Amino acid sequence: MWYLCVFFHRLLDYRKPEVESLAELFGIPESLEWRLPEHHHPDSPFHFVYLPNEEAARNIANRSILVKGIYEIWGEGSNYEELEEAIMRYPDDRKLPYLTSESTFKITVDSFGKVISFQEQNERIKGLAYIPFKGRVNLKNPDHRFWLMETDDYGVNNGLPPVVQRRIFFGREVGGADRKLLPTYQLKSRKYLGPTAMDAEIAFLMANQALVSPGKLIYDPFVGTGSILVAAAHFGGMTMGADIDIRVVRDGRGPDCNVWSNFKQYGLPMPIGLLRADNNLPPWRPGLKEVFDAIICDPPYGVRAGGRKSGGRKLLKGAVGPYTVPDDKRTDHIPSTAPYSLAECMHDLLDLAAKMLVMGGRLVCFYPVLREDDTVQIQFPEHQCFKLVASSEQILSSRYSRVLLTMVKINPYTNEIAEAARLMHLEFKENHLKWLEDGNLHSSVFMPADQISIDDSKASKELKPKYRGKYV
Amino acid sequence: MRLLTHNMLSSNIKGVSNGFPLRIEVEKVIEKEVDCNPDFLINMFAKIEWKALVDAARTMGYAELPEEAESSMLDSDEFLRKFHHALLELHLEEGALVCPETGRKFPVNKGIPNMLLHEDEV
Repeated sequence: MWYLCVFFHRLLDYRKPEVESLAELFGIPESLEWRLPEHHHPDSPFHFVYLPNEEAARNIANRSILVKGIYEIWGEGSNYEELEEAIMRYPDDRKLPYLTSESTFKITVDSFGKVISFQEQNERIKGLAYIPFKGRVNLKNPDHRFWLMETDDYGVNNGLPPVVQRRIFFGREVGGADRKLLPTYQLKSRKYLGPTAMDAEIAFLMANQALVSPGKLIYDPFVGTGSILVAAAHFGGMTMGADIDIRVVRDGRGPDCNVWSNFKQYGLPMPIGLLRADNNLPPWRPGLKEVFDAIICDPPYGVRAGGRKSGGRKLLKGAVGPYTVPDDKRTDHIPSTAPYSLAECMHDLLDLAAKMLVMGGRLVCFYPVLREDDTVQIQFPEHQCFKLVASSEQILSSRYSRVLLTMVKINPYTNEIAEAARLMHLEFKENHLKWLEDGNLHSSVFMPADQISIDDSKASKELKPKYRGKYV
Repeated sequence: MRLLTHNMLSSNIKGVSNGFPLRIEVEKVIEKEVDCNPDFLINMFAKIEWKALVDAARTMGYAELPEEAESSMLDSDEFLRKFHHALLELHLEEGALVCPETGRKFPVNKGIPNMLLHEDEV
């Protein structure tokens, strides 16, 4: 059956992938079919989606972060006369069960791209008198929620191209996102934060992309203050995290302000394991494989924080190479670390995920792209074990974006594949991108504006439409 | 550090061929109650090195696990309870993990194993 799926008008690239992931989580076998309402732009918040039944629609909507609501549409039209005709035509056996005298109901008038005054809202509700509502109105906790939604027919909607023709929908709500999660988990009230703590909304989206559900083992190799694992734990995942910075994972800012306290704050189960480890030289036992159901992370890409790996100390004055740690100093020795380029980090991450994910398990991670490059097809790191199922861009500044990659493990890990991946990585590193090397991305993002204008190829380029701002 | 983590870790010092299982040096063990999820346990059972878990649990002062285990035992609630306790409720709060080949100690403080290698071990 076709349902109308109305999204919050944010994070546009993330909306459909989230619904598609949740459809898979709730066991809907086929890939989803989408359809746009007449005259709507693909960035419109209104989409029709084909789902097998109401239960599926409700499950998806209630678990999602970006779905405002999924509705069984009783009628639509480009004006109120057409709407009435459509609603009258809609079969009675679909309508009457929700209009009985024992039930309570509520009608909400909503609009996109314009404001409808309270008085106009009341008039529009009165105009629906041709629908035989027998029940009582209950605004707080109705049995059935009905929505009258209007899109405007003029001008530009929140920066979107105009909808050519006004469209009005009337339908019954099947389910909607629980956005109360977001104020609960918002970073500003979290006790222990780092400079790159993941925003709660995005962390939940990542957990949904990773199909987190109770009893799954979820791993974050760059755990930091645990902000991604908090979202995974909220959905029942068993969480594990590693970080190369021991102060972040072990000490935090004191006994009640550390990674553990971030879980305690929300009454979530503590992570199963936290450890200090290097993603470049992971300490997992040989032979351990296919143990994680999902790996979710925000790799250090050198803009807010750079990656580090083991090794690489310059020799101390007077020391003779190769560097050795004197035996009497070993206990308290603090090993030095070397910069860890993004290219190498992604390669290690893919290799780890290929080995350690169960078949069908998901790797969900961010990957940065420079926005000057968006005239060409962006090439993401690839691996034979993985199929890319979604890539969702979030524009962070006029210089760069981050893209949330969702990959599914489709082939078992073998030595041949690992070797092929290593060669592919070398080639990728070669062809691509100086900026994947340490420091270059940072300088591209923070280069002063006057230096850019010297480079006339960039200056003469048309600016991209900018309506997908930080929050859209 | 729970024994599930211990069961997954090895010493990855350069040149070490047999870094598993890490020997546990106990200074302080604590027990934390965790909700039991049988599906998770059944799933994990196939991934666990049983002997390493039995030995580690014994080092931590819990000797209830049978020497040998096979998947048919997962039907028993009693077995699941013991497995759950050993895998997820025993914590090494302070101590060390010792590489079986070189004797290098990986310290465990505040429940966090420090698996980072020194410069000359990479």
